[in-house]
Amino acid sequence: MSQLVKNIFRFACFIMLQVFVLNQVPPLHQFITPYLYFLFLLWLPFSTSRIALLFISFAFGFTLDYFMGTPGLHAAPCVLIGYLRPFLINLLISQEGAELNYAEPSIKSLGLAPYSIYALILTFIHHFYLVLLEWLQFGNIVYFIGKVFTTSLVSLLLIFITEMLFFRKQKFRTNTA
Amino acid sequence: MKNIFLFIRRYFTLLLFFILQIVSLVFLVNYNLTQQAAYANIANEVIGRINIQYNNIQSYFYLRETNRQLAEENARLKNLLPSNFETADTARVVRVDSLVKDTLGPQRKFVWLPAKVVNNTVTSQTNYLTLYRGSKQGIAKDMAVIGPNGVVGIVIDVNDNFSRVMSLLHRNSKVSAMLAKNNVTGSVGWDGKDPLYLTLQNIPRSIKVAKGDTVLTSNYSANFPSHIIIGMVDVIAADPSSNSYTIKVKAATNFYSIQYVNVVKNSLWAEQKQLEAKPPKNQ
Repeated sequence: MSQLVKNIFRFACFIMLQVFVLNQVPPLHQFITPYLYFLFLLWLPFSTSRIALLFISFAFGFTLDYFMGTPGLHAAPCVLIGYLRPFLINLLISQEGAELNYAEPSIKSLGLAPYSIYALILTFIHHFYLVLLEWLQFGNIVYFIGKVFTTSLVSLLLIFITEMLFFRKQKFRTNTA
Repeated sequence: MKNIFLFIRRYFTLLLFFILQIVSLVFLVNYNLTQQAAYANIANEVIGRINIQYNNIQSYFYLRETNRQLAEENARLKNLLPSNFETADTARVVRVDSLVKDTLGPQRKFVWLPAKVVNNTVTSQTNYLTLYRGSKQGIAKDMAVIGPNGVVGIVIDVNDNFSRVMSLLHRNSKVSAMLAKNNVTGSVGWDGKDPLYLTLQNIPRSIKVAKGDTVLTSNYSANFPSHIIIGMVDVIAADPSSNSYTIKVKAATNFYSIQYVNVVKNSLWAEQKQLEAKPPKNQ
């Protein structure tokens, strides 16, 4: 499957999963909202240009907003992590030329620890900004801090489970082949 | 001039990032302030079609609950039929009215329109429902939405075939309410904590409130007919900063399993709003 087709398929899957499965989960607590959709942006290929990344993030966040009835609320954090992603990858990439040898960020291409940090930081930034926008409309400081941390934890758990369930086989590509 | 172009080219990604951020925030702020239909028009049609497909499957899982609610509502309405009541003949004096039309005759104020719920959330802080009935079928903004068990919300956006409802479970929702036993009015909102409970405010502390009291829509609410059930009083707490109670109300509507609702149209709405919009003249 080509990269493009694969990512279009993922786009639809992540939106459907978020809207029709995770948003239907009965609320356990005010602070807990299961979010997984932004994993799509974390999984985009290394070769995506920065400008394309921004546009894809915006379109992806806005599609979700269409379903949720909150235009702009998810698009803004998506654009933010879309913008920060290349910087973080540059910092965290351990193997020389891994971005050339592998297609997309994963445990195999980045290594377990760097990949965990990559997911952790972007999840935290995403939720921080998302809850901040929500909090500016209503709520108090306890709500803000509590929701950022618990929602991040739940998201990280979901990302961990997803990585285990859908182990992405990645071919090692060399220039010589 | 050349330097400006060089600058733009150099920082194009950063500028694009800011532009997209601003676009998102403008959408967010505008939508919350005015709830304009411009966005909803495109969104509702496309998303509504997808939601119908999903709802076609999902509604089967709620058939049992929907049937129970309908049976309950039928029983309640049948109890209100005039044939259930009888008055002794001697209590009435027979009087022949010479007028053809009763000048004191009741005038229809509220019209109830049934609608199917195709999308519903309870997990967010701002919950909305989507109904498969739009302006072509007589829905307009600000109409009240009432489920089989009680109040559900208010219509905020309409397009041709769909309408979007702000659920009572929304941080900005507010419905004028009263206690059934003494008609003291307050307002019902939601604190965002538990989808099963609402909060009733502005009930003075001098009023006696007990657990289990019924909370109904008040006579002052323009879009809701009066005496529609909202819920039951559950926990009563005195608000230390003011002279009123903050009361936790167990919602009558089960927001998890709404399948069909009624949209209530107030035919005198425009007239009332027009009068209230004018600044009062004190003379």
